[in-house]
Amino acid sequence: MANATTTTTQTRIGTAPPPHLNYLTENNTLKAWLTTVDHKRLGLMYLGAVMSFFFIAGALALLLRLELLTPKQDFMDSATYNKVFTLHGAIMVFLFIIPSVPAALGNFVLPLMLGAKDVAFPRLNLASFYVYCTGAVMALAAIILGGVDTGWTFYTPYSTTTDGPVGLMAMAVFVLGFSSIFTGINFVATVHKLRAPGMGWFQLPLFVWGIYATALIQVLATPVLGITAVLMVMERAFHIGIFDARLGGDPVLFQHFFWFYSHPAVYIMILPGMAIISEIIPAFSKKTMFGYRAIAFSSVSIAFIGFLVWGHHMFTSGQSDLASAIFAFLTYLVAIPSGIKIWNWLATMYQGSIDMRTPMLYAMSFLILFAIGGLTGLYLGAISVDIHLHDTYFVVAHFHYVMMGGTVIAFIGGIHYWWPKMFGKMYNERLASIACWIVFIGFNVTFLNQFMMGSQGMPRRYWTYLPEFQKYHIGSTIGSWILGFGLVMAAGVLLASLRKKEYDAGDNPWGSRTMEWETISPPITHNFEGQPVLRHGPYDFRVEPTPATVAGGRHSG
Amino acid sequence: MSSQVITADHEAHAHGHDPNLQHHFAEMEQQFECSKIGMWLFLATEVLLFGGLFVGYGLMQGQHSEAFKSAHHHLDWRLGALNTIVLLISSFTMVMAVWSAQTSNQKALVRNLALTIGCACTFMVVKFFEYSHKYHEGLLPGAFYSYTGPHQNAEFVFFSFYFMMTGLHGIHVTAGIVVLTYLLIQARKGAYNSSYFTPIDLTGLYWHLVDLIWIYLFPLFYLIS
Repeated sequence: MANATTTTTQTRIGTAPPPHLNYLTENNTLKAWLTTVDHKRLGLMYLGAVMSFFFIAGALALLLRLELLTPKQDFMDSATYNKVFTLHGAIMVFLFIIPSVPAALGNFVLPLMLGAKDVAFPRLNLASFYVYCTGAVMALAAIILGGVDTGWTFYTPYSTTTDGPVGLMAMAVFVLGFSSIFTGINFVATVHKLRAPGMGWFQLPLFVWGIYATALIQVLATPVLGITAVLMVMERAFHIGIFDARLGGDPVLFQHFFWFYSHPAVYIMILPGMAIISEIIPAFSKKTMFGYRAIAFSSVSIAFIGFLVWGHHMFTSGQSDLASAIFAFLTYLVAIPSGIKIWNWLATMYQGSIDMRTPMLYAMSFLILFAIGGLTGLYLGAISVDIHLHDTYFVVAHFHYVMMGGTVIAFIGGIHYWWPKMFGKMYNERLASIACWIVFIGFNVTFLNQFMMGSQGMPRRYWTYLPEFQKYHIGSTIGSWILGFGLVMAAGVLLASLRKKEYDAGDNPWGSRTMEWETISPPITHNFEGQPVLRHGPYDFRVEPTPATVAGGRHSG
Repeated sequence: MSSQVITADHEAHAHGHDPNLQHHFAEMEQQFECSKIGMWLFLATEVLLFGGLFVGYGLMQGQHSEAFKSAHHHLDWRLGALNTIVLLISSFTMVMAVWSAQTSNQKALVRNLALTIGCACTFMVVKFFEYSHKYHEGLLPGAFYSYTGPHQNAEFVFFSFYFMMTGLHGIHVTAGIVVLTYLLIQARKGAYNSSYFTPIDLTGLYWHLVDLIWIYLFPLFYLIS
């Protein structure tokens, strides 16, 4: 069938400027950006905000690693060290990872994937961004007013008795939670009610399933964190005695409350990463997704089981042995849907026509790093092993393999995947893939060393250590430099592409089959000309091998 | 088959449509259902917000059950029951307000919203008298606790929860009064009728939840023995 849209696109490539305005250029004033309700612009604003915090918190991590190069005090005293690792953790968790994929990429891509003009509640979306900014300002104010030294977990009774602006930081977390809830409510309603005609639940791209599961956790878990933060602030301010054992309260209750949110929260962080991988792998294998329904349901079951495992953070807290045993078994259950995903991704690649472009390189890194991170999680879920490894660098390494090696690598891969759609410009493929290799190597050098020292007993959150650990610390610190260089290089390669004068990426550079690639790059403000109708499944590469818009793609069939 | 964007409903924009329809929805019913999903999700977050406090109360009640029993005698169950009845009536008038909007009966809508606000204010006034009674007895939360009667230490936690939970509930009632007042002003201008009554309907859902939470708070604090 003749294809009017793609024909015009073909003639457009290489002949700047484009015939009509897109969402970036239409009404391009500062006021229009600051008051926009366009999900694409809000996605970009979120992207800018979360990446800024990623680089701030990353720089703090480099400082921590530098201090740990030698066991003696180099340039930070112990109190400063405590504040810096708290800020690294709190910023990374609350200001970066939790909003990263849903609020930045999800905002941009989700309505496009559904063929919708916008999210269900555009003004709530804008409000969510400003609530996020308010929380960020509160967190920054807490830093300026002296910093917080409780760790990102805010355990009582330390957090309710230590000096410093802990209350302000906790209220920042409370406010940021609202932003997260707004995003979650928006996405659930959008997926339910704004799908294109013909798009049933099992024609949704798997990215949507992942974001949907994430949104459910955001809505259901975050309020508990909110009330916990409020109670902690009241405890600090008025000594109400809910968490303070001297006044009749119970500090373990705080841990239950905190992990009831914060364990599901790690699935808020990892599920969107998995969602991105579920898009990249079929697109670069040119194969129908293997086990579509299994992956879709595994996202929802991870979300569900994630609510039942919080006690595995508390094996040493004095909770009952029976509770610990039950939580350990429930923790093992999480491995089943995670494993289902990994095997389905591998089966999708099997006999596919694999194209090792940058997004696919990140997806492969994800598979390796997430497998290590996930499997070491099972060690930590086993009670007897956990007693040995509790509060050591083994936990730190496990957490970073899942969060950084999983979510952040997937996030960066997703940015590379959708970058041409967001800006219409293609980055330097060669340099971007080199950056990916540097990140991968740097990451492993940094954190494999931490597994080793952790298994030998190096405790976390210490500014000093016994001399026998120094060889691992040196390795880890050198790794952090490689990792930092790789990330800066990846950012530089992406940003350099924006200096191009023309939109050279084409509408569908990867030959993907989901709906966001059917509009022009960058999209127009209303996303599509008219209402798009679903014509084929999201991973149906059989019908039309590669759309004619692929310009200069290495893959041709 | 090709994968181009198919233009399906250009005519939807060509003809005039309801001014309350936002541009990214195809029809009013879709917009209404979408808002309803959003509201139910918000109510789920409210349940979980209070849920943390209810769980904490349950655990502490288990640990200090004697103290909780004796502490509840400081509360006047008659005032609590009065407030329960007031809120139940307000839920009824809220239902009538939604029904009035659905049947485009503007006069009844304004009347029922005003009655609901009246009940909510009555609730807050009764609450004010209860709180000031506690204030005079020194039964305040945390650092302000200065009660010196029997069981003074063990009843401390009870009043921490009492003020946290009824306080948070009171904030929700106050927020409800603000929203209802806004709706009343809009309703007097004739903003709601049988084709557009979403804000009334959603506020009604919220108001019933606030009522429902009180129905759980009342026996937990006033009637334990």
